[in-house]
This record gives sequence, structure tokens and C-alpha cells, in this order.
Amino acid sequence: MRIGVVTFPGSLDDRDAARAVRLAGAEPVTLWHADRDLRGVDAVILPGGFSYGDYLRCGAIARFAPVMSELVPAARSGLPVLGICNGFQILCEAHLLPGALTRNSGLRFVTRDLRLTVENTKTAWTRAYSGGEQIVVPLKSGEGCYAAGPGTLADLEASGQVVIRYAGDDPNGSADAIAGVCNAEGNVVGLMPHPEHAVDPLTGPSADGLRMFTSVVAEAAEAAG
Amino acid sequence: MTADTVAQAGRTPSMPQPFAELGLTADEYDRIRRTLGRRPTSAELALYSVMWSEHCSYKSSKVHLRRLAPGAPASAALLAGIGHNAGVVDIGQGYAVTFKIESHNHPSYVEPHQGAATGVGGIVRDILAMGARPVAVMDALRFGPASAADTGRVLPGVVSGISFYGNCLGLPNIGGELDFDACYAGNPLVNALCAGVMRHGDLQVAAASGPGNKVILFGSATGPDGVGGASVLASAAFGGSAAPGSAAAKRPSVQVGDPFLEKLLVECCIELFAGGLVVGIQDLGAAGVACATTELAAAGTGGMHVQLDAVPLRDPSLGPPEILMSESQERMMAVVEPGRVAEFLAVCGKWDVRAAVIGEVTDTGRLVMTWRGEAVVDIPPGSAADGPVYHRPLARPAAQDALAAAGPGALPRPADGPALRADLLALIGSPGLADKSWVTDQYDRYVRGDTVLAMPEDGGLVRVDEATGLGIALATDGNGRYCRLDPYLGTQLALSEAYRNVAVTGARPLAVTNCLNFGSPEDPAVMWQFAEAVRGLADGCAALGVPVTGGNVSFYNQTGTCAVHPTPVIGVLGVHDDVRRRLSTGFRAGDDDLVLLGRTEAEFGGSAWAHVRHGHLGGRPPAPDLAAEQRLAGLLAAAAAAGLLAAAHDLSDGGLAVALAESCVRGGTGCRVRLPGDPFTALFSESAARAIVAVRPGSGTAFAELRVAHGVPGETIGHTGGDALAVEGWFTIPLAELAAAHTAALPALFG
Repeated sequence: MRIGVVTFPGSLDDRDAARAVRLAGAEPVTLWHADRDLRGVDAVILPGGFSYGDYLRCGAIARFAPVMSELVPAARSGLPVLGICNGFQILCEAHLLPGALTRNSGLRFVTRDLRLTVENTKTAWTRAYSGGEQIVVPLKSGEGCYAAGPGTLADLEASGQVVIRYAGDDPNGSADAIAGVCNAEGNVVGLMPHPEHAVDPLTGPSADGLRMFTSVVAEAAEAAG
Repeated sequence: MTADTVAQAGRTPSMPQPFAELGLTADEYDRIRRTLGRRPTSAELALYSVMWSEHCSYKSSKVHLRRLAPGAPASAALLAGIGHNAGVVDIGQGYAVTFKIESHNHPSYVEPHQGAATGVGGIVRDILAMGARPVAVMDALRFGPASAADTGRVLPGVVSGISFYGNCLGLPNIGGELDFDACYAGNPLVNALCAGVMRHGDLQVAAASGPGNKVILFGSATGPDGVGGASVLASAAFGGSAAPGSAAAKRPSVQVGDPFLEKLLVECCIELFAGGLVVGIQDLGAAGVACATTELAAAGTGGMHVQLDAVPLRDPSLGPPEILMSESQERMMAVVEPGRVAEFLAVCGKWDVRAAVIGEVTDTGRLVMTWRGEAVVDIPPGSAADGPVYHRPLARPAAQDALAAAGPGALPRPADGPALRADLLALIGSPGLADKSWVTDQYDRYVRGDTVLAMPEDGGLVRVDEATGLGIALATDGNGRYCRLDPYLGTQLALSEAYRNVAVTGARPLAVTNCLNFGSPEDPAVMWQFAEAVRGLADGCAALGVPVTGGNVSFYNQTGTCAVHPTPVIGVLGVHDDVRRRLSTGFRAGDDDLVLLGRTEAEFGGSAWAHVRHGHLGGRPPAPDLAAEQRLAGLLAAAAAAGLLAAAHDLSDGGLAVALAESCVRGGTGCRVRLPGDPFTALFSESAARAIVAVRPGSGTAFAELRVAHGVPGETIGHTGGDALAVEGWFTIPLAELAAAHTAALPALFG
């Protein structure tokens, strides 16, 4: 399986996402923001970082990058897409996911190893987890406060689109302690915590994040088989 | 606007010039006139004034720093030493590491957020200029009293600046220091370290060689950042564009950073290096274009012709002196073969980095700059690059003896269990020793995915090679109190602690960088402290067999006659053969034996206990024992490699008491110990060359043999486990109480 990792100017965790893809048994493929080309990949990760310096608003400029003109229709047609941190912000700005990420309620950047609850295990990226399972994954962001209108929040809850929730204290004031959501089809997932930083206990707090990447690999294997 | 040209300078030899306002002495001004055989132009005066500033020229420190080069042992590991942008060390397997620490003290007091942010940016460009990819940063921070109102302004601003810049740049922040003392009120110390990794063949040089090669300025456009001095010049010399009181005369003297642009600059440079497109390269820091052109020219063929009008400007009203002095951030200067310029510019275009050819290398021996067709600078570049050298008077202050005599012996000591317990809790809850998560949680320690150890560990550890497990360990340490009592010994203690902090990760210490923070060099007492500190460092490095690869001096950290404690901050780099065998400070619930390594004497001068409990500073600092440090480091590396240890923590501020408390909180596991000898000394003495290690079950004999073979004294004092820190016969502190005392302090102070 080939999984694309997009590099925007200011992407930082692209290297880490590619490593996670490799550890999950797939081949990472570098995608460049300025190319209208997904290079035939089977899934795409929008990595963490500060695309375009987070100028204007996090993800607001990246949304208009040439690569997005290919990615948005592909995602709407079912291509598995994972947005991590800045990638989540970009997916919201591109309206592939509902809601928006705003400044942390504490007004400071927060790096912390957090307990998360995986609530939806039917998405392309969470199939390898069991429902209600708790995992430990780092969060590192200044604008991770998930916000959406009351109607949208109610819809997300009703349709099971809240994929991941903060299990302990809500670290950034997110509505309903939401850490990650998916689209109605479950192929597009965005989350603020960084599963790619929890793929090896040597360099992360756990290896719990690795299954997010093996989920999509397993799904592709099933589809092929 | 018209410029003061070389021709005009020849015609008006006696025009009065504002050299004093630019910080030059009458002697220095005369020296410039003699060198040039005429009065300098305004642009030349600007150039010499910044190049001969203390910050750029090291004119007061040079004579002392010479000790560090010959004093350092010849080391096969050293690929590039003092005098480069940063030293380069061979770590094996074809990899080289470059690292350096630098101060950004004064800007961080004026504007904490931007001052600290641009401090990170500056040191990262130093590392980049060596040809390396920056892989980690650290910050050693010192502030006035934690409860002072001004600290409430400076500290959060400094931390947010480091967070803003480093996080956006994508470099893990893996450690550093945080301390508080009244002496730093008004003079905070903000020292930033960066380390970078390259292959051996990637080393770049800061030299403009090869006549005809092009000089390219790339990165940010040049604006009026940090050119307060130039407006003095402009108003004095031309009266035109920047009359006193005009907006231009009130330009800010603090630079503003753009970490996004720096990230692009990093990726752009790495691609330029990989393509072999660079003959020479220099970062632009203090003194901007003036410094980069003179240093590149002086180190290369010797001449350069620069068209100042070709410098991309953010503010079109800037004239030659301001362009030369501007400290706009995120800029680099490269020397490129004419045939490769198109490729060079294409790489810059890919990364959206602005680039302009501003000149070329010549063999004339002159640095010539033109502006609007006329020469405004024409100097021998070496005359600016090699500034004056001063032998400042130095004198041991008379009060030093009284300070040494007023030892901590008379201070009331805790004599029973409850008193010892209270002192321990007070120490781990004091701002300088408390849990630093309030600060470090604002930094990204995970980015790049190679961070194996980060704060609150003793040293940071970064993986360099995923296949082999090769990695580098880094630690910084300084202790102003010890250095105030004895700058020679205090500097050796700082070196010892940083060396030990690298060793407890299981790494082998390899090289040293330093940031020497002192008061005014014009005060003979400060100059004595400085000379003693450098002598201590030189002797210490020679004894430990680790070379100094570079560093930075920051003088004038004083308000009025009140200088900061002499505070050399020492950074040590180590190599870890296999980061999978790293040692953490945290205890685990494995019933590991706790072995106290080293010898404990009753040493309380300058101690955290005397400081926190009595606000006392006097007596003698602990005695450094460099040979013992070396033996201890050898033992730790061997024991880590053999897999005998579950944890290791160095003993320093607050002694065994603080080390045990930190290891318990870090690992979420308690311990039970029996104290050898006097409990107060056992708990709070700060004798050097000590560590506490947790030996894995079944490894006790092997470790004891190894310990004896390395000649390190040691004693089993207890074991890990349980949910309390229990000191048999004296007191017990439940983990929850310990953690609460440790973690509450900084949030209570800073919100």
C-alpha cells in the first residue's frame, strides 16, 4: 500500500508521519503542496506543523494549495485521508470535516501526553482499536480547541462522528472534549493529538498511535483480498 | 537621500563624526582613520562600530579566551574548533555534530517574547551555516525572584517567544535550565543552544573564495530592525531622512522574528548544500550585512565588491549605514560559482525564499561597496573583522575574602525527622527546583520523532541513526552562586555537572560549548571573575579530555554597579552508541537496588539548602573532582551498555534529597532508603561527582564489580518501590504529597 504524506511550506511532522507509515508496513510517498498530483496513492496524510506559518488562520492558506484541488474531490470519493493537528485544521478549513479549531482556552501552547478514548472504530483510520479503548498519545498545539455550532455537535454525537475524545481533563477547552472527528462516510478523519509520535515507546509515551496507520493498511489489504 | 561617499570623505577630512554615540572610543576612531588614511564614510563608521562592538569583536575577552584553544586537549573528534560559526565534532559512523550556545539576554529584557524568539532563530542559523541540519534546541533561563512583578512580565514572555519560534520551526526542545535569583532582576539570562547533524563531507566554510564568484543574500528582506545607532549617524551626518524626533529616529532596537521563514530557509539551505551549490556561507546575525561581508571576505580570497542597492529592502528609505547595520532576522549570505547561480536561485524559488545577487568576490584585498553608483565603503576587510584587543585591568575584589569567610556553618540545621522532611519539601517546591512543566509543556519536544530523552531528564537525548541507534546527548549547566563564591571552581562545577548529566543518560561526553554571562568588563572585579572562570574552564576541559568547540561571551549584564553573579553556562555534548540503552531518571516499580555513587562530604557553601532555607550565600563551593567525574562517567556508560541499570540521576542542587524526590515523581514510584552518616549531610550536601542509580534485580554483583573496576565508591542505600519516599528512621513522604509540592510552585506563580 502507498500512503501519501503532503508537505506544505511549514509542515513539520511530515517526516514522522512517513516513519509511522513505514512502521505500519506501507510505503510512504512524498506529496508536494504545489503539485496537482496525488501520485496514485491509496491514502493521504496531512501532517502537523505550521503550514504557511499559520498566517491568517491555521490551515486557511493551505486549503488553497494546488495539491488540495486534487485531494478534496478524491476524499469526497472515498480516499482515506487523515489530518493530524495542522492537518486537522486544514481539513476543517477545506470543509472536508465539520467544525473549526480555535485558540486553546488557556491561551498557551500545550505539549502533554494524554489519555484518549477511541469512540468510533468503524473509520478507515481506527478499525484496529476496540470501542471505548483508552490510548496514550501526545498533544502539542496552540490552537486545538474544537468548536462547532450546537446543531453540528448534536449531529456529530448522533451519527457517531466523534472518533476520539480526551479521557481526562480537557486540555484546550474543546467542545464536548472532542479530540478528533470524521466525515459521515468515515474515510476522512482529523484529530489534534499526534498518533505518529506514539509509534515506538523509545521516542513516544506509547506505541498506541501505530494502530491508526495499521487500520488503513488492513482496510486496503481486505479491499484487495 | 544622498550618501556620504568615499570621495566626499576625502574632500571633507575634518567633518565631525558621531563615533562616541556609536560606541567607539576616540582611540578606536583614530585607528580607523589611520587604517583608511582618511576619515571613514558614514557607512564605514557604521560598519566599524558594529564590528568592533564588544558583542562582535570579543575585544575584552579575547586575551582570556585564548586559553581555551591551546588549553583544550587535542581531540580526534574535533573537525572544526573555535573561530567557526560553531564547532564540529565527529560522532562516528560518518556523522558529525555541530552545537553552540549563545546569549540573547539584553533583547529578552527589553521585549521578552521577540528577544527570546530571535535568540532561537540566531543560534539555529549558526548551526545551519556549518552545513548541518538543526535537530534540537535547549534553553538555559535565569530570572529575578520568581515572585517579583517584573519576573511575571519577563518569564512568560521569554517562554512564549521560545515556544512560538522553536515550535513553528519544528525543532524539539529537549532541555535546559530554569533558575531564579535576585541578581538577575533587570538582567535575565536567556541562553539558547542548538545542535545540528551532518555527514562528514557536508561541512561548509564561512569564506568568500574564488574571484568572480557571486555573493548572494537570501531570506528576509532587509528592514530597519535593530538600527537605533544608525539613526544617530543619519541625523548627524545628513540631517535629512532621519532627523531627531522623526519616526525614523525612533526605530525599534529589538528585532522581530518570523519562524516560518526560518523553516523555509533551513529546508532551502539543506537542499542547496545537497546540490553542491555553495562555495561559502555565513549566517546574518548581529551586525548583519556588515559582519557577513567583512568576515566572508577576510576569511577568503580577501576582496569583495558589493552593490548595496541590490539588497532587497523592506523599507526603501534605508541608506547605506542602515543597510549595513540592520539586524533583520532570517537572512543568510552565500558565495556561489557564476555557473551555478541559476540553479541556486531555482532552489530558493522552490522554497519561496527571496534571493538576490549583491556582489562578487575579488582579489583586490579591499571590501568595496557602492550605492547609486558611488563607492561608500572601501576598506581592507581584515581591519574590521579583527577588531581591537584590550587587556582590561582585573582585580580580585576585596569583599571576596569576607564572602568566603561567611560560610554556612552557623546556619540552623534541621535536627529531627519533621524538620528534615519540611526542608526537603521546601526545596523541591522552591521555584528553582520545582517541576518545570509550566515552562516545558509550552515547547514541542516530539517533533522529528527522534527525541529519546527530554526534560525533566538530566540530559536531552536525540537519536541520529534509526538503524544503529547512534544518538547525541546534551546538557547545559551553570551555577551563579558557586561562581560568585569562586569563579574558578564554580565554572569547573558547572562543567562537571553538565558532563555528569550527559553521562547519566549512558552517553560518553565528547565536547564543550559555553556561554559566559558576566557584568561589565570595565569593572576590574568582573574582569577578574571572567578571567578566573575561563581559566577554570580551560583547566577543567583539559582534565576531562573534552575540547571547547566554541561559545559566546555576554558582558554588561548589570544594572548600575550591580552585576549578575558570574554565570558561565556550560553545554556538554555526548555520543550515545545505542539510544535504546538510555537511562532515565525515573524510578520504576521493579524493586531495584539504589546505589549512591561517589563520596559525600559536608559541603553546603552556595547550596540550594542555604539559598532556599536561609537566603544565605557564603563560604566555599563544593570541591570539584574532575578525575572522579571521569571515572563516574566511564562507569555509567559501561553499566548502561551492559543493561545493568534501570535508572540514573545525577546529584546536584539540593543533593540526594532532591534527586530521590525527582526520581520518585518522575517514575511515579517510591523508594525506601537508609541514610549513611549524618542525615542532614547525607540528604542536602552538594558534593560533586555523585549519582544515584537503580540497579536491576540480579545485576547487583555485576554492577559492583564494574564499579570497583572503574574506581567509583558506592554504597547500597535502599531500593525502589512503594508509594512513598521513605527515609528509614527519619520520615516518610507519600508520593502524592511529594508530587503536589513539586508541581504546584510554578503554576501558582505564573498562572
